[in-house]
Amino acid sequence: MKAKVHIRLKQGVLDPQGKAIEGALSGLGFDGVDNVRQGKFIELEINESDPAKARTQIEAMCQKLLANPVMENYDIEVLG
Amino acid sequence: MKTAIIVFPASNCDRDAAVAIEQVSGKKPTMVWHQETALPDVDLIILPGGFSYGDYLRSGAMAARSPIMAAVKQKAEAGVKLLGICNGFQILTEAGLLPGALMRNAGLDFVCKMQTLAVANPDTPFTRGLKNKAYVDFPVAHHDGNYMADEKTLERLEGEGQVVFRYVDNPNGSARNIAGIINERGNVLGMMPHPERVIAPPLGGTDGAEFFKGIVEGAQNA
Repeated sequence: MKAKVHIRLKQGVLDPQGKAIEGALSGLGFDGVDNVRQGKFIELEINESDPAKARTQIEAMCQKLLANPVMENYDIEVLG
Repeated sequence: MKTAIIVFPASNCDRDAAVAIEQVSGKKPTMVWHQETALPDVDLIILPGGFSYGDYLRSGAMAARSPIMAAVKQKAEAGVKLLGICNGFQILTEAGLLPGALMRNAGLDFVCKMQTLAVANPDTPFTRGLKNKAYVDFPVAHHDGNYMADEKTLERLEGEGQVVFRYVDNPNGSARNIAGIINERGNVLGMMPHPERVIAPPLGGTDGAEFFKGIVEGAQNA
């Protein structure tokens, strides 16, 4: 079973990389770009056929390693 | 004083820390590979600086889940002193041994320079050697040293005297100019600056030698 995990900085946490990207986009002439936030995207395959069980496992992975709950939020997408 | 230094893949200040400890204590520390699961009987454990696991995922994230870390946590819970320097500080926050997180520097630059720090709490087992100094000069060399925590945590750290070092001229955007914090119990210190790099005049200073000397003397008097 395949799954996707999106990890992003929590609202209110300063994202200097997002700011730098925003500045570079503006330098390239892309005007009107705002609130650029950089995150992480992780794809994985899991040996589990029950989507609910897969989600529970990935949830544990996010809590233990993939995300840092102090500064990041995550969304899990189980693709079946 | 008996010391163990944990060596992770891409630790690069482990030997500097070993030289510093041997210089002030006369005893060679035990170097412990991160895949080990047990620690010898020690008074101090050091998580050294470096770029463990190439800073993959988040700085310190992988190292914090290494096999040796269960033993490190156990020792810290038993009251053994635990010092994380630079990447070691990042590992301590990732392991949940210290609160907060170390984010990308606000200016995005890798900062590598001598830094003046205010000794915000001289009454810890780690700072007794700095009692007569309001300020010390330790070098910094990091990309992810921007300390953050929620307001409540920051207030608690301030209120309990857990902020141990503060940047005089903040190089990375760190909240409340925090350069180093200690846990509530007072036996786990994390700091971004590198005291092990200033232990003799040819290296640019001796404040680091005073720092380590204080830790050794404290352990001997305990």
